[in-house]
Amino acid sequence: MANPSTTKNEPVAAKAPAQPITVMSVLAPAIGWLIPGAGHLIQKRWIRGLLLMSSIVIMFVIGLLLEGHVYQPNGGDILDILGFVGDVGAGGLYILSQAMNWGHTAISHATADYGTKYLIVAGLLNFISVADAYHIAIGKKP
Amino acid sequence: MTLSHFSAALLFSVFASVVFGITQRNNTRDQIRYGLYCFAMFVGGVIVAGWVMWILRR
Repeated sequence: MANPSTTKNEPVAAKAPAQPITVMSVLAPAIGWLIPGAGHLIQKRWIRGLLLMSSIVIMFVIGLLLEGHVYQPNGGDILDILGFVGDVGAGGLYILSQAMNWGHTAISHATADYGTKYLIVAGLLNFISVADAYHIAIGKKP
Repeated sequence: MTLSHFSAALLFSVFASVVFGITQRNNTRDQIRYGLYCFAMFVGGVIVAGWVMWILRR
């Protein structure tokens, strides 16, 4: 006779308990997105926060100085939409560039295309930084 | 501002490696090691890709 407690459909391991939602677990990613590295700084990870902030901000600024293109939300083309998703990761830097009308020149030389890639990657790196700030806030990472 | 192809790739490698090192490892020693590893891989990849393109062009 089969034991009813060991059926095949039953999960082997119990589910891990969900992480409690704390103020810091919401605030750190939000602040970290808006100001790169600030998600670490408000959790007193000073060196990590400053390194992340300087890396992402300098990368974004170099992208602008290389006359890179900042994508708009209503690009239409799928590649433009992907570019926008990358750019918007930079948070406050993207908002500032839109407000100041930066990065809207036509790409006219090879290094300007590098500038566009710098801008996108700065945003993508900030997404990673935001995820890291969240992991610190929930105690998953020291 | 004007950068050569190599210096642009080099700067890119530095900043990306810093972020990868900090976010992908837990303690300081591992973060530095992983950052340096990423930087070496980025720069090595650039040099290898450069030689491959040079060979293809001949």
